Amino acid sequence: MAMSQPIGKKDDDRDDEGEYSPFLGIEKGAVLQEARVFNDSQLDPRRCSQVITKLLYLLNQGETLTKAEATGVFFSVTKLFQSKDLVLRRMVYLIIKELSPSSDEVIIVTSSLMKDMNSKTDMYRANAIRVLSRIIDGTLLTQIERYLKQAIVDKNPVVASAALVSGIHLLQTNPEIVKRWSNEVQEAVQSRAALVQFHALALLHQIRQNDRLAVSKLVTSLTRGTVRSPLAQCLLIRYTSQVIRESGITQTGDRPFYDYLEGCLRHKAEMVIFEAARAITELNGVSNRELTPAITVLQLFLSSSKPVLRFAAVRTLNKVAMTHPMAVTNCNIDMESLISDQNRSIATLAITTLLKTGNESSVDRLMKQITNFMSDIADEFKIVVVEAIRSLCLKFPLKYRALMNFLSNILREEGGFDYKKAIVDSIVILIRDIPDAKESGLFHLCEFIEDCEFTYLSTQILHFLGNEGPKTSDPSKYIRYINNRVILENATVRACAVSTLAKFCATVDSLKPRILILLRRCLYDNDDEVRDRATLYLSILGDDASVGETDESKKEFVFGSLDIPLVNLESSLKNYEPTEEPFNIDFVPKEVKSQSLAEKKAPGKKATGLGASHNGPPSTVDAYEKLLSSIPEFSHFGKLFKSSAPVELTEAETEYSVNVVKHIFDGHVVFQFNCTNTIPEQLLENVTVIMDASEAEDFSEVSLKPLASLPYDSPGQTFVAFEKPEGVVVGKFANTLRFIVKEVDPSTGEAEDDGVEDEYQLEDLEVDSADFMLKVGVSNFRNAWESMGEDCEKVDEYGLGVRESLAEAVNAVINILGMQPCEGTEVVPSNSRSHTCLLSGVFVGNVRVLVRLSFGIEGGAKQEGPKQIAMKLAVRSEDQAVSEAIHEMVASG
Amino acid sequence: MANFSRESCPSIKNILLLDSEGNRVAVKYYSDEWPTQSARLGFEKSVFTKTHKTNARSEAEIAMFENNIVVYKFFQDLHFFVTGGDDENELILATVLQGFFDAVTLILRSNVDKREALENLDLILLCLDEIVDGGIILETDASVIAGKVESHSVDSSAPLSEQTISQALATAREHFTRSLLK
Repeated sequence: MAMSQPIGKKDDDRDDEGEYSPFLGIEKGAVLQEARVFNDSQLDPRRCSQVITKLLYLLNQGETLTKAEATGVFFSVTKLFQSKDLVLRRMVYLIIKELSPSSDEVIIVTSSLMKDMNSKTDMYRANAIRVLSRIIDGTLLTQIERYLKQAIVDKNPVVASAALVSGIHLLQTNPEIVKRWSNEVQEAVQSRAALVQFHALALLHQIRQNDRLAVSKLVTSLTRGTVRSPLAQCLLIRYTSQVIRESGITQTGDRPFYDYLEGCLRHKAEMVIFEAARAITELNGVSNRELTPAITVLQLFLSSSKPVLRFAAVRTLNKVAMTHPMAVTNCNIDMESLISDQNRSIATLAITTLLKTGNESSVDRLMKQITNFMSDIADEFKIVVVEAIRSLCLKFPLKYRALMNFLSNILREEGGFDYKKAIVDSIVILIRDIPDAKESGLFHLCEFIEDCEFTYLSTQILHFLGNEGPKTSDPSKYIRYINNRVILENATVRACAVSTLAKFCATVDSLKPRILILLRRCLYDNDDEVRDRATLYLSILGDDASVGETDESKKEFVFGSLDIPLVNLESSLKNYEPTEEPFNIDFVPKEVKSQSLAEKKAPGKKATGLGASHNGPPSTVDAYEKLLSSIPEFSHFGKLFKSSAPVELTEAETEYSVNVVKHIFDGHVVFQFNCTNTIPEQLLENVTVIMDASEAEDFSEVSLKPLASLPYDSPGQTFVAFEKPEGVVVGKFANTLRFIVKEVDPSTGEAEDDGVEDEYQLEDLEVDSADFMLKVGVSNFRNAWESMGEDCEKVDEYGLGVRESLAEAVNAVINILGMQPCEGTEVVPSNSRSHTCLLSGVFVGNVRVLVRLSFGIEGGAKQEGPKQIAMKLAVRSEDQAVSEAIHEMVASG
Repeated sequence: MANFSRESCPSIKNILLLDSEGNRVAVKYYSDEWPTQSARLGFEKSVFTKTHKTNARSEAEIAMFENNIVVYKFFQDLHFFVTGGDDENELILATVLQGFFDAVTLILRSNVDKREALENLDLILLCLDEIVDGGIILETDASVIAGKVESHSVDSSAPLSEQTISQALATAREHFTRSLLK
């Protein structure tokens, strides 16, 4: 075989032939015809190989065979096992794998393949194993298991690898069989052949992966022994990280196996060095000392001539920069040279890393470099860059001018919706968070909507402009942009522009007469919605508007956001029955409802659980309201403030199952006990709950509504009402279920006449401060917080003691306060050392409350286990007393 | 196709050999991420359009496609691609690519172009079969891979004793016609 044949030899002819292909014009039908040669009595191996190649070519090009065609080809191919031609046999193996025969067809070839599996030719053995393992099922596998086990320890590495890799595949379908091979696999791990060790290690780990101790032992022995191939070394690094992850840090603060990982950084194969470096950066709570050697090798990779190496390194450093920006700053110089990298993925990763690690002084230089770069990357990369710039700007607010200019420049360039939306979102966030940036930011947005092809973005910007524009020093300059929308845009944008004009009109008196003229013009718009909005706003804001409406209420109407969950509004509207009383939006519950607890807790074994029965407890707040107002004793309590989720007062699966719902009114509390009798032989009558209020002195019982009869498995309710002072009153009640029990004959279902009085102890019930808090979210916490003002703010710090984790502490405080977490801040990213959580709610007496919680871990840098946690609590509300009450709740909670 | 725990064992999702217009020469998929023919063609098209203008001739290049990493190398009118998941060690993928490319170079005796590849498609397919099995890397050393493929190819091993006279004649005739075509 002449390897060094000159390349140019055939070049001359090729030009003449143009698109020459040996398969030019071949077609499935003809090839299937040709496949008949497989059935010839005198086989021509060369010819047969060619036909198989043609078939494989067709399949590879995406041609498909019908079931019948595939079966036909498969059966004739099986005849080719007669030939002893090596080349043909290999092609037969290939095509059998491609045809993936069904299990009843497999039978035909198994004996041939099993014969090959025991052949003296290594190539036959290895390939037959791989083909067989691909097509057989469990029963056949048990027949050949013996040979596979032998093959695993075969002295020919190709055979051993074939058996091991087959084992990895078979483990998915027949784990119990493959697990029996672990002795042989264990032996193969010690193999001198590099790839056999790799395959054996992979299989052994998968067999043992649920056995922590075994994996740990495996890692311990191999990290001390010899690992022959880089691939096996990479595997071992992965398994080692897994062991480290599961074992945590030892008493001395050392991480087991860290030395091994660090040692791998000096391996001769780049693959291994990188795997180890990546593993170190991904260690849980990695320390700077541990990171340094890994960062150093990654930094060397950054200036490699190989793009793959640069990419791998910069991608890993980019991830590290998210959690440990300081550790990566050493690489900044190398990183900057990557901005001009030919490979745009590398350049983008370099830029976003720099944006995370950069300091204030490098911002300007960086922005210059990025500007050149932005024009030749794809939108998806641009979005990544825009997001990185947004966070950079929030980090260095003083640099807003450069960053805002950059954003406005790219906003003017070509780009798709997602990209433009990312830019607009970023500008909006910067305007909100950096007061100085407001005017220039709004101006850029106005420029943008002058020529914006995306309706969604135009409306978003107009809405935002309406809220922010009137508060600027010269609101009049925005009117032109808005009115242009009324003239030039589609109906959706026009309607939105009308609302924006109205907002200016309501806020800026000097502009009012002129805006009213603009609004009046909109009365002749050809779109209903635009006309309706104009009419509505004119009647509220216009000169002839009904007297009596104060400016304040007008403003509130124009700006007022709907602070009611739409779901609640929808269900209230559905429940509304036309009467002389108009629908009142104030009665729509504001509470964000989670799935009813009663339904979730319904005992699974019975179809008619607590919530399922027809007279079971109503699950929604308005249903509660309806139920309570239908009971004369409670109808004068006023408006229901809040109903708690059901609290179980009995263990699961006891004779009687009772849970309670706390209904809070301004001056009263009603306890609704939902009772279920789970004994078929009993009928309960005159059921009441005796509540001992000796630990709840502020409450005094006013009425009690017994349940007349509680038959088996048919839930019913009994109520107890207490009077209480206004505001927050807490207390603890000891409860006893009292009733008359009557025996029931299960066969007839009839109860005896005489009953016995009996009692059943229930668990204690607490009324705590969270019961007086409604979960009501706000859409924009920052705005709400700012508009609430500092008048009734109260800030204090608390030590929360030792907690399992930051997340656990955050949840505990949220539960104590019973408020609605906003903007997803209830989620604590793992590994964070501090967290801010925003809560919102309405306190009894309809007082709006906003809470900002800042958590931090105190003391040393211990990474794992319980930590000392401190919290700063800032409360703003409309009432100083309420702000103090919230602090009280935390202090006592 | 096997669904083994991919986080622990390096795995290859596909190997593609396309021509300079993005048409298939030979492809092999090991992952069920692209279950249909059209999904596969779509993937190949997007990979090709995104990469064909880059210069991946001297060193292997790399790109990301949604949740996948593709390493690639071009030679003459052939484009070699290897795809892995986005948490895969890039250098392992590059090693597989290099093994594939070098093995093809050996098999085609340095005449690495589309025409030669198609004429020896059987060897190319055997080569793919020897590199990766169901997503698991079998071998990355080009000379070992080429050795496994070549040792059974027409010219070398098949012992003469196993060939009948007529087969030998057929072989000779074939060689003759081939050389005439050139």
